[in-house]
Amino acid sequence: MTMPRPTTPPAAGRRRRRAGGVRWWTYALLVLAAVVCLFPLYWMFVVATTDSATATRMPPEVVPGDNFLHLAELVFTTVPFLRSIANSVIVAGAIGVGHAVLCSLAGFAFAKLAFRGREVLFLIVVLTMTVPTQLAIIPQYLIIAELGWVDTLQALIVPGLASAFGIFWMRQHLATTLSDELMQAARIDGATSWQIYWRIAFPIVRPAAFVLGLFGYVTAWNDFLWPFVVLKSPDTYTVQIAIKALQNNFSVDLGLAMSGSFLATLPLLVLFVFVGRRMVAGILDGAFKG
Amino acid sequence: MTTLLGPTPAPASTSPLPAPTRIRERLGERVAPYLYIAPFFVIFAIFGLFPLLFTFYIALFDWNPIGDQVFVGADNFTRLLDDPRFWNAARNTLSIWLLSTVPQLALALLLAHVLHHARLRWAGFFRMTMLVPYITSVAATTIVFAQMFDRDYGLLNWLLGLVGLGPVDFVQSGWGSHLMIAVMVTWRWFGYTTLLYLASLQAIPRETYEAAAVDGAGGWQRFRHITVPSLRPIIVFTVVTSTIGGLQIFTEPLLVSRAAPLTCGPTRECQTLTLFLYEQGFGMFQFGYAAAIGVALFVMVVAIALINYLAATRVRPEGK
Repeated sequence: MTMPRPTTPPAAGRRRRRAGGVRWWTYALLVLAAVVCLFPLYWMFVVATTDSATATRMPPEVVPGDNFLHLAELVFTTVPFLRSIANSVIVAGAIGVGHAVLCSLAGFAFAKLAFRGREVLFLIVVLTMTVPTQLAIIPQYLIIAELGWVDTLQALIVPGLASAFGIFWMRQHLATTLSDELMQAARIDGATSWQIYWRIAFPIVRPAAFVLGLFGYVTAWNDFLWPFVVLKSPDTYTVQIAIKALQNNFSVDLGLAMSGSFLATLPLLVLFVFVGRRMVAGILDGAFKG
Repeated sequence: MTTLLGPTPAPASTSPLPAPTRIRERLGERVAPYLYIAPFFVIFAIFGLFPLLFTFYIALFDWNPIGDQVFVGADNFTRLLDDPRFWNAARNTLSIWLLSTVPQLALALLLAHVLHHARLRWAGFFRMTMLVPYITSVAATTIVFAQMFDRDYGLLNWLLGLVGLGPVDFVQSGWGSHLMIAVMVTWRWFGYTTLLYLASLQAIPRETYEAAAVDGAGGWQRFRHITVPSLRPIIVFTVVTSTIGGLQIFTEPLLVSRAAPLTCGPTRECQTLTLFLYEQGFGMFQFGYAAAIGVALFVMVVAIALINYLAATRVRPEGK
């Protein structure tokens, strides 16, 4: 596997060849990693497009077949899949927006407003990140039952509206991007803290809040255990639970669950093509730097 | 519940104000920061902290969700310690965690180092592909990997067959199912971890590397003496998060075995602690016993976090 080597600029390049030159095996390794990352999705598509006779043949078929529409139709008739997609969009959308707004607001307070107990409260926020709340799923369910939210979408939305990590992240961004002079100037003009947040702080951190919202969206879209516990009827299923229902369905078509998986992943893949670069930049530019 | 959706804004103001409004506004300004941070604390208190404390309480009862709640003291815990299913789940969890965390972090370290090259071409493309597994759901990942690892029709067994190795029944064998789940976890997280490491690497001044290169340090030496030490904080962070995540592995074992999902195979080959908790709680409706499993999980998380912390603080003086 040979890859074109970047041409080194004449003067400085020769001297620094060891430091700056990129070896062929570097590319070989990265191409291998890229193939590993993408192949399972390709394979998902292959199985989702072949009929069961082909899917059970050895050696396996490695190119997509022409059975996709048949299987896709089966997905939509076996479970209310369209409804599941809508449910997922509602839940993930609400959580994404909630993250962007509530975390940037709290981050703004922690970064730029003076109030009693600020340091202690922020420390508590950070510490909650290390608490594995998933193991408390029994009482969480009891609370949801007490609220009468079993089998409803708000049982998924409300607990996920804000996160400690999001607050931590937005605080970091606001501390570095919103200057104290600007805050001071706005204060002198008589602006309230809410006006400063809404008219100055939020517009400044909107790109970061957008990326945070995306991560909230993706996490909510892919969440499994909690929806699996609280959702009971097919009408409230999110796509992930719909996949599980397809898998339970012992039909002859091996590709059914695979087709559902593919259809559940496709919306995020399309989204990722447009915003993936910003998500990567969000991690690289994240709170962990330094 | 509307209060959770957004704090009420402080009343809009114009510059010259009559006195009473002014006082009200001052008061509003003092309260405002607490309102801004309140949503998180309210949500965490109701759906995080309270359930956690409540778990300890429920664990003391024989708690049937549709029947009686009888106080039994420490009975659930003594039963749990005598329960071979619990130790089996603990072993499985530990095994899957080790098999997935160690390769994942090593791979991420190597790839981050490689991606950090100044003149790397298509760097944006490589970085983006590494995040693709992260946006793929655990459920979809499990279904496609389970198919690839299938005994009769899987791609992997076909490849093994080409080199003369007999079909391996990954799902039905203990180590095979652990390996399979570890591969899924590793696949999903190594790219994300790589980017986290890369973010830390980018904070190191490039001159450090160049100076080392001028002084004759080779690639391995630069990796060993610059990359690894400067990444120590983020490595500790990822070890802690992957430990907490590893103890909560649930979806993969649930979806791997179609025949016996709640136990991950007829003889509990790959049942993890979280899946055991789910089975007891929502499969058998023994909420008290399930809560006791939750408490055991909590103790493990705290213990491992403590070990991590001690290891991190002990290593530091030697490194600097």
